[in-house]
Amino acid sequence: MKTEPLVLGIETSCDETGVGIVRGYTLLADALASSVDEHARYGGVVPEVASRAHLEAMAPTVDRALADAGVTLSDVDAIAVTAGPGLAGALLVGVAAAKAYALAAGKPLYGVNHLAAHVAVDTLEHGPLPEPAVALLVSGGHSSLLRVDDLTGGVVPLGATIDDAAGEAFDKVARVLGLPFPGGPPIDRAAREGSITIPFPRGLTGPRDLAEHRFDFSFSGLKTAVARWVEARERAGEPVPVNDVAASFQEAVCDVLTAKAVAACQEHGVQTLVVGGGVAANSRLRALAEERAAKAGITVRVPRPKLCTDNGAMVAALGSRLVSAGIAPGKLDLPADSAMPITMVTT
Amino acid sequence: MTAAIADVASGVSVLASRVTVDGRAHGELLAPAVSAVLDQAGAGPSDLAAVVAGVGPGPFTGLRVGLVTAVAMTQALGIPAYGVCSLDGLGRGTSGRVLVATDARRKEVYWAVYADGTRVEGPGVAKPADLSVSVDRAVGDGALRYADVLGLPVDEEPRYPSPAALAARAARRVRMKAPGEALTPLYLRRPDAVIPGERKPALR
Ligand SMILES: [Zn+2]
Repeated sequence: MKTEPLVLGIETSCDETGVGIVRGYTLLADALASSVDEHARYGGVVPEVASRAHLEAMAPTVDRALADAGVTLSDVDAIAVTAGPGLAGALLVGVAAAKAYALAAGKPLYGVNHLAAHVAVDTLEHGPLPEPAVALLVSGGHSSLLRVDDLTGGVVPLGATIDDAAGEAFDKVARVLGLPFPGGPPIDRAAREGSITIPFPRGLTGPRDLAEHRFDFSFSGLKTAVARWVEARERAGEPVPVNDVAASFQEAVCDVLTAKAVAACQEHGVQTLVVGGGVAANSRLRALAEERAAKAGITVRVPRPKLCTDNGAMVAALGSRLVSAGIAPGKLDLPADSAMPITMVTT
Repeated sequence: MTAAIADVASGVSVLASRVTVDGRAHGELLAPAVSAVLDQAGAGPSDLAAVVAGVGPGPFTGLRVGLVTAVAMTQALGIPAYGVCSLDGLGRGTSGRVLVATDARRKEVYWAVYADGTRVEGPGVAKPADLSVSVDRAVGDGALRYADVLGLPVDEEPRYPSPAALAARAARRVRMKAPGEALTPLYLRRPDAVIPGERKPALR
């Protein structure tokens, strides 16, 4: 009997250098080096800082992953790497490294789509993905609704943010509230101490918007509304109820995300909703998704928080699916594509 | 972008090389170029005794592609990596006092001064007009580009670091089987990034 494929995955699309090792649906290693602390003082990810950090972290992170998994590079059946979308210079470090490992070790190479990898990682937690599924992917870099007919080749975009990513809105609102970067965890914590008292706007949910942007998102107006609200309190010399603002803002984001995700499932006759991306670590998003999906008879699959944020395991997980499906590997000249479309699962 | 296979057992002879001159780093194409020169030299990755990498200074993106490729290949093959200053690929083998200057964009050059092929000043990054070095002549694409400002005789060739010269810079270490070294990029510039102004601290 042929054993399940052993795949090493490399992820460098943003500020995390991730190297994961997967055998079939089993996670063997998930090594991560993050440059997030270096970006904190800039209030956002600085591409050049991220690229420099990827170069430094690459070899040690690969070593750590191999040691954790108890395998060597020569044991590996294939190497997978995020080819896009993401920061161009950051992607290129991972792609160049993956090519060098593939060339030196004589292994097939898969350049994979970062968003599809966010979906694939759930198979490490919950096993094979029922298809079709709808995926809601929300992070500092992306906010997308996808219909996944076939994880290895049939992903259809249903909607995406037309301005800021959801995670970006968390970062910017955290800044307005004097909370640290990245904004997701501190807002989540503050919100738990607060109440939903302020009716912040829900972007693209009016009848007109729904006709044109059925499954798209917009968080720019919300972010501005929060800033204006806070400034008005400050001007009036009144204290800012940080916890209530955090809770109200978070509710506005999670309300729109989950409402549209569940509606997408219903309209497309889909029974399974996968939630991924860094914002999927948000406790309110998880709870609200569960609650609304349950009412609609939909099963929600959310991987544990460490697998929701960017990591190498997700790339290895998708690589493992591609190998198992008999998809041909990419060539050594495969490009890093910062705007790689989701319809392209592998290059 | 340069990929070459050199035999350094005695002397330095380049068996195969690919040099692509392109302002935009075609980083994706380095690994295929390495694969192609290996084929051309009738060798495989496991025949390599070491990888020699130019550690800059040079455009950041291309520099990182080169270094991460060298790091990953040597890690996978269990062989040493040696770093050499990329400007040495132009300065080595020159005689007299020579300024080596390559284009650093933003109207600046990466530079170093060589005395009979040995680097004696630099590397640095500077506006050509701000360079005050005492040399006989200059070499490199940066020197050619800013020949007027530099006011120096500039050699037409070579314009780019030569693979043979880079290999030669590490040949002794390869022969001695010296321990490999961490490849530290010579960026010479800090990342462009602005620290946002502090928000007024009126909150709680
Ligand atoms: Zn992501």
